[in-house]
Amino acid sequence: MFAYIVRRLLYAPLILLGVNLLTFALFFVVNTPEDMARMQLGAKRVTPEAIERWKVERGYDKPLLFNAAAPGASSLTDTIFFEKSLRMFAFDFGRADDGRDIATEIRTRMGPSLAIALPTFALGLIVTVSFALLLVFFRGTYLDFQGVVLCVAMMSISSLFYIIGGQWLVSKIWHLVPISGYGGGLDASRFLVLPVVIGVIAGIGGSARWYRTIFLEEAGKDYVRTARAKGLSELQALFRHVLKNGMIPILTGVVVVIPSLFMGSLITESFFGIPGLGSYTIDAINAQDFPVVRAMVFIGSLLYILGLILTDLSYTLVDPRVKLE
Amino acid sequence: MIDVQPVFLWTDLLLFGLITCIALAAWSARRSEPMRAAWRRVGESAVGMTSLTILLLFLVVGLVDSLHYRPYLPPAKDDKVVAGRGPLSTEVRSALDALAEPLRTRTEKTYSAPLAYVLFAKQTIEKADGTQQREFPRLKFGGSGLQYPEEDHTGDVLGRIGLGLALAAGAWGVLAGALVQGVAMSRQVPFGAAWRAVWRGKGGLAWRAVLVTLGLVFLFAGPVAVLAGEYHVFGTDKVGQDVLFLTLKSIRTALVIGTLTTLVTLPLAVALGIMAGYLGGWVDDLIQYVYTVLNSIPGVLLIAAAVLMMQVVIDTHPHWFETAAERSDARLLALCLILGMTSWTGLCRLLRGETLKLRELEYVQAARAFGVSTARILSRHVLPNLMHLVLIALVMDFSGLVLAEAVLSYVGIGVDPNTVSFGTMINAARMELAREPMVWWSLMSAFIFMFVLVLAANLFADVVRDAFDPRAS
Repeated sequence: MFAYIVRRLLYAPLILLGVNLLTFALFFVVNTPEDMARMQLGAKRVTPEAIERWKVERGYDKPLLFNAAAPGASSLTDTIFFEKSLRMFAFDFGRADDGRDIATEIRTRMGPSLAIALPTFALGLIVTVSFALLLVFFRGTYLDFQGVVLCVAMMSISSLFYIIGGQWLVSKIWHLVPISGYGGGLDASRFLVLPVVIGVIAGIGGSARWYRTIFLEEAGKDYVRTARAKGLSELQALFRHVLKNGMIPILTGVVVVIPSLFMGSLITESFFGIPGLGSYTIDAINAQDFPVVRAMVFIGSLLYILGLILTDLSYTLVDPRVKLE
Repeated sequence: MIDVQPVFLWTDLLLFGLITCIALAAWSARRSEPMRAAWRRVGESAVGMTSLTILLLFLVVGLVDSLHYRPYLPPAKDDKVVAGRGPLSTEVRSALDALAEPLRTRTEKTYSAPLAYVLFAKQTIEKADGTQQREFPRLKFGGSGLQYPEEDHTGDVLGRIGLGLALAAGAWGVLAGALVQGVAMSRQVPFGAAWRAVWRGKGGLAWRAVLVTLGLVFLFAGPVAVLAGEYHVFGTDKVGQDVLFLTLKSIRTALVIGTLTTLVTLPLAVALGIMAGYLGGWVDDLIQYVYTVLNSIPGVLLIAAAVLMMQVVIDTHPHWFETAAERSDARLLALCLILGMTSWTGLCRLLRGETLKLRELEYVQAARAFGVSTARILSRHVLPNLMHLVLIALVMDFSGLVLAEAVLSYVGIGVDPNTVSFGTMINAARMELAREPMVWWSLMSAFIFMFVLVLAANLFADVVRDAFDPRAS
C-alpha cells in the first residue's frame, strides 16, 4: 500500500504539469500577451509603447518557452512558461492585476470559504443519507414514490432559484437573518446560517435519489434477508447492515470533494457577499484577472488530485477486501 | 410576398443537422429488435409520453426560433434602389419574431405588472390644464384598447380568458380527433373503439397521457395567446420588453446548449473510450492521462478560462462577423464546444470500463480468432453494445446542461449578454425581489419555463434509462 501511495504521489506532479500546460496554452498561446494588453488597456490608449509597458509591468515581455538570448540554463527559466506556470509548483503565484499578493489573499480568504463549505458538506451528507434511508424504509409505498417525485422536482430547480428564493423568504419577508455580508468571530454565524441551509436543501434532490438506489440495491441482498430472518428489526437491519455497506459507493463520490471544499462555492459566496475564495474567483473572472484565475486552476487541480488519493485510501479503511497495489 | 434574405447561423445549421441525424438514427434503429422493444417501453410509459410531449413542444418553439432571416429596409427616397427594396437590415430576426411581432415591438417604458394597463411606478404627468400630478401613467400598448380601464379591465381579461379557453378546447378536440383517427387507422378498428381504447389506456402507446398533457398545455396556452394580443401577460421588464417574449426566446438558447454540446462530447467520449478500453497499453495510459488532467481542473474554472480566451479572440476579430447576431451566435456555439470539451470525460470513463468487459467476452474473442480486423470488431461488435449507455448519458446530460447555462451566465462566462437565455433573464432580474414594491414576474416566468423544461427532461431521462439499461428491473 505504501508503494501505491508513493506511486500516486509521483503521478500527481505529472498531472499538474499537464494542467499547467493546458492553462498555459489557453492563456498565452491562443491569445498572445499583445492581445490581452490591447483588451485590458481598452481601445483608446493602445499604442505600441503602452502595450510594451503593460507587458513589462507584468513580466510578459519574455519569450514563451525558450529564451535564446539568455545565457545557459536561464534560457529555459527566463521565459513566461517558467515564470508564470512552473513557479506555481513552489506556491509562488505572483501578484494579481491589482498588485496584491495572490498567496496572501488565498490564505486570508480560505477561512470564510471553509466556514460555509464544511458545515454545508457535513450537514448535507447527514440530511441526504437520512432522507434516503427514510425512503428505503418506506420502500414500495406511496410515501417512497412521493419522496422520489419530490427529489426529481427539487433537482429540476436551478440552484440560483434556491438562493434567490431563500434570501427573499428568510431575509426579506421573515427578517430572520441579514441578506448578505460577513463578520468576524462568532458574529459570522448570523451570516452563515442561511447559505448553509440553502446549500443543504439545494443538494438534497440529486444526492438523496442516488443514495436511495444504492441503499435499495443493498437492502435486497441476501445477507440483509438473513439479518431480518434472524429477527433483527427493519431499523436495525437498515442501520447496522445496509447503511454500513451502502456507504462504500457513497464514499467514492464524497471523499473526492473534501479537499476541494477549500475552494468555496462560487455562486453562494457571491450571492451572500462572503469574502471567500469562491467570490475571489468570480471577481477575478469578471475583472479578467488572469493571474488569479491561473492560480485558482492550479490549486483546484491540486486539491482534486489529493481528493483522488484520499478516496483510494478511504476504500481500504471502510472495505478490508480492497487491497491497493 | 415577404421579401427577406434567409440567414443561416451556425447553431441553426447544426441544430437542424443534429435533428436530421437523430431522425435517421431512429429510422435505422427500427430494424434492431432490442432497440424497438426499448422504445416501446418508453412509449408505453405515461410519464415517458408526457415528458416527451412537453419536450417536443419546447423543441417546436426552439426550431421556429431557429429559422433566421434579415429583412430589407424600406427604400429611402433618394436611394437608387434595385427592384424597389432598400438595403439589408443589420438586424437578424427569426420566424418566432415574425410570429410574435406584436410581442417583440410593443415595448413599454419600464416595468409593468402582468396584465396591467398602467406602469408599475408613479410618474409625474403634466395635465392638460398645466398642473402636475403623480400618478400611474397608462401603458403605451398594454390594455390600450380600454376606454374606461377601471371598469372594463376585469371584464375584458375574463372575456379573453374565456375566448382563449374556448379556442383551446376546440383546437384540442380537433387534435385529439385526428390522433384517435390515426390510432384507429393503424389498428384497423372503428373510431369509437379506438377512442375507448385510448381513453382507458389499453394497449399500445400511452396516447391518453399525450392527450391529457396537450389538454393542460392548451388550457394554459390558449388564454395566454388571446391575452397576449392586448396585454403583457407576464408583464414587462426593466426596459419595457415583454417577459413572455423573452421567455419564449430563452427556450432556443437552452435547447442549443443542451443538444449541440453533445456534438463534441459524443465523438470524443466514444472514440477515446473505446480505444482506451479495447487497445489498452500506452493508448490507454495516454487517454487516461488526458481525462484525468481535464477532470482535475475545477469545471467552472476551466470553462471560465476557455470562455475568457474565446472572448478575446472574438473581440480582436470583429471583421469575422457581419451582424451582432452572428457574433453572439459564435459565442453561443463556442460555449457549447467548451462545455463539450469539459464534459466528455465522465462518459469516456464509463465506455472504457464497459469496453474492458466486452473485450473479454467470448463472441469478441471468437471474432478476433477468426481474424476480423480491429476496426470491424469495434464497429460491429463493441459499439452497438455500448449504444444504450451513450443514449442514456446523452438524455441525462441535457437537463444538467440547461441548468449549467443559467449558472454560467450568472457568473458572466455564459452566453453573450445580448443573447436571451434563462441565465441572462435571471441575472438581470435577480435584484428585483429586493425592490420595494417587489417585481416578481420576470423571475417567476423564467422559473416556471425552466422548471418545466428541466423536469420533463429529467423524467424522460429516467424513463429512457429504465427502458434501455438491461440491469434496471
